[in-house]
Amino acid sequence: MTVTAAFFYLFATITVASGFMVIASRNPVQAVLFLILAFVNAAGLFLMMGAEFLAMILVIVYVGAVAVLFLFVVMMLDVDFAELRQGFLQYLPVGGLIGAVFLLELILVIGAYVVDPGLVRSPAVAIPSPQVMTNTEALGQVLYTRYFYFFQAAGLILLVAMIGAIVLTLRERVGVRRQDISKQNARTQETAVEVRKVPFRQGV
Amino acid sequence: MVIGLGHYLTVAAILFTLGVFGIFINRKNVIVILMSIELILLAVNINMVAFSTHMNDIVGQVFALLILTVAAAEAAIGLAILVVFFRNRGSIAVEDVNRLRG
Repeated sequence: MTVTAAFFYLFATITVASGFMVIASRNPVQAVLFLILAFVNAAGLFLMMGAEFLAMILVIVYVGAVAVLFLFVVMMLDVDFAELRQGFLQYLPVGGLIGAVFLLELILVIGAYVVDPGLVRSPAVAIPSPQVMTNTEALGQVLYTRYFYFFQAAGLILLVAMIGAIVLTLRERVGVRRQDISKQNARTQETAVEVRKVPFRQGV
Repeated sequence: MVIGLGHYLTVAAILFTLGVFGIFINRKNVIVILMSIELILLAVNINMVAFSTHMNDIVGQVFALLILTVAAAEAAIGLAILVVFFRNRGSIAVEDVNRLRG
């Protein structure tokens, strides 16, 4: 039990600290790296809660795809980030006040929160014991049957996001010599080669 | 010391607040705002999984998976819009985003 608590506090502390560094860091590259750290430690929290599949998905999708995408964009855009930091102190009091009030309210709500015991006794789909079935298998058995339409909708959302991102960033540059294979194949000997009769000692 | 639902909810609440706070103090930098939104969604996911574990109900994890999907799609679209905007204006400061203002 003590080991569990120790690991919880380790993961929770690093998650919260790196979350703070994400918003406070001067260098956006460092902010993205702290975001990765926060995600990895949140995956540790997920593991402790018994959601192994989600933990691994968090590492793969967030660290492997989203955070790298962020890193790529931050490094690709040639932006003066120091200029964007101006007004940081100006917004700090209002933001801090709102953040503090918000956190206080959330803590108050959580502190007074009691789950109805009846709800705990009647879950919609109970989590099987880890000895019977792995978390991945249990999730798959629910996701592909009961929540199949949700799964399809998630796939559609990803498809739309993919098409949208491609359409947004694709651009046709003018003045670029591109290979046009159909044009190349349509060339015949008559259009490509010109035979001239060159008079002697006069040139073309 | 038993680590229960309240502990995880507290972590999620702090992360959520950090995300909201980040949006407030980085009002000029769209990239950091997008990262703050990712933090908020992560906090929501921690909440979902914590309740799923506490109520012994796997549906919460299904919904956490869907939230993860939407978050990834949102990041991709947001960054694509950011790249296009930077290409057009040469800046990503939020106060330069006023083309629709008329």
